[in-house]
Amino acid sequence: MNLLLDPLQFSFIVRALIAAVLVGIVCSVLGTYVVLRGMAFFGDALAHTILPGVVVAFLLGWPLAVGALIMGVFTAVGIGALSSRGVVKEDTAIGVIFAGAFALGVALLSATGNYTVDLAHFLFGNLLGVTNGDLWTTAVLGLIVLLIVFFFYKEFMVISFDPVLATTLRLPATFLRYLLLVLIAVTIVVSLQVVGIALMVAMLVTPAAAASLLTRRLASMMGIAAAIGAFSGAAGLYTSYYLDIASGPAVVLVATAVFALTYLFAPERGLIWRQN
Amino acid sequence: MNALAGRGVKHDPQTPSLQMSDVSVAYAAGLQEVSLGGNGGNGRTERNRNGRLYALQHINFIAQRGERIAVVGPNGAGKSTLFKLIVGTVKPSQGQVQIFGHGPDGHICIGYVPQRNEIDWSFPVTVEDVVMMGRVGQIGLFRWPRRADWEVVRRSLARVEASHLAKKQIGELSGGQQQRVFIARALAQEAELLLLDEPLNGLDLPTQQAIFDILDSLRPEGVTVLVATHDLQLAADRFDKIMLLNRRIIALAEPTAVLTADNLLQAYGGHVHHLPGAEQGVLVDDCCGHDEPVIGER
Repeated sequence: MNLLLDPLQFSFIVRALIAAVLVGIVCSVLGTYVVLRGMAFFGDALAHTILPGVVVAFLLGWPLAVGALIMGVFTAVGIGALSSRGVVKEDTAIGVIFAGAFALGVALLSATGNYTVDLAHFLFGNLLGVTNGDLWTTAVLGLIVLLIVFFFYKEFMVISFDPVLATTLRLPATFLRYLLLVLIAVTIVVSLQVVGIALMVAMLVTPAAAASLLTRRLASMMGIAAAIGAFSGAAGLYTSYYLDIASGPAVVLVATAVFALTYLFAPERGLIWRQN
Repeated sequence: MNALAGRGVKHDPQTPSLQMSDVSVAYAAGLQEVSLGGNGGNGRTERNRNGRLYALQHINFIAQRGERIAVVGPNGAGKSTLFKLIVGTVKPSQGQVQIFGHGPDGHICIGYVPQRNEIDWSFPVTVEDVVMMGRVGQIGLFRWPRRADWEVVRRSLARVEASHLAKKQIGELSGGQQQRVFIARALAQEAELLLLDEPLNGLDLPTQQAIFDILDSLRPEGVTVLVATHDLQLAADRFDKIMLLNRRIIALAEPTAVLTADNLLQAYGGHVHHLPGAEQGVLVDDCCGHDEPVIGER
């Protein structure tokens, strides 16, 4: 038991633990739609495009979340608009904006003094540096994301499963699609400090992918994904504490291990069940 | 002319279910080359004066309440585009589409049963979840399904004899069961105009018959049914009218009047072979295996 309690004597570890669990839950719930709608590349790209926003906020001394949020919403809507006109394919539009924005972020940051350390924090998270203010931001934004997912549950399900049905039901499909993109952007902002830009996509995709092997209903897929996400956050933090490795990658590695185990041993759908 | 006239308003029985007046759909500029790359029906493409390519041109027809129409034509004839016009995902470049006297936009009474390859069968939803999706329009935003909605779902599944499948994940169903579930969804939607895109592909004959029995039971309620199909024999046997389509309507009438060698030659071009011995005298070779170019949003 002391193994679990010992680290908690440090208040920064407690804050990190709360942040990791919250982020694990929010990312995984929204990640369910990312997985079902095949938006992994979009999520990865969106995470990278917020870098210039974060850097500018950082240089101006604003809260990082503000810069990230502005940039995230801007690119989510921008990618949606660029690809919906049909002039370029969606993944091409994403690729162009993704690399361009990321390069801008790195370029801006490289003009400052403490370039490598700051860049590493943005890219791979800085879980142990979570402040009380960060925790509040994470909690409030995360709660808003979860509430919106809850209130638009059946509409998001319809636009993800059958867009044509969404049209015949006259759902505001365009609004819902953009809302989902913005929610993904907000989730990325919320998770920035836990796993960082480069590993973000793992938190969105991996727990939800593991959950998809364990259930056949959307609501329970979200629930199981959230549990896996929360567990990965907590277990990852402890792993990082005891093995003295970076916390963001540790969280992601735990999630990846959970996925690997699920892929092998999931009832009926796991690899070992399919062999015979 | 309320845009939401379809919602909760009983339709005037005198108004046709569906009316198209001189409707044309042009391909978007960027799509021309791709969409018509070699399998566009009989290879003939229609261009107007300014050189635009058309998926459909000068479509005029009326479908009355309770009518059952087979939409028949070669691959690339525009069958899917026609359905998308009715659903409202494709807008006409010219002309007017009217559903019970109004544009498609306000209506939630149009049931669309997709081709089976358009659906992600691994999606984590059960049969009753899918049927409940048909109610989402009636339930409205920020509300949850009530007991009355679940009752509608239960009755809809019972009508297609799929009650026992309610808790199954959709990927566990057979082809015929999948079709029945999506018809149940249209019933739950209280669809008055039902569109089925190639619903019979890959189904055996008894299963096809079962689907038609369900469609028969909708007729007394005045549900208008349009079915896209490749099966001319079936179209002749089970439908009030056949629409022979190849970018324009070549014929729309009772099956015997439509399925003439002349009409079929117009629709299918070189793919029609005259067989002196056969009853109808023609054989349509429609097995080119290409997907119809469909325009529309992703």
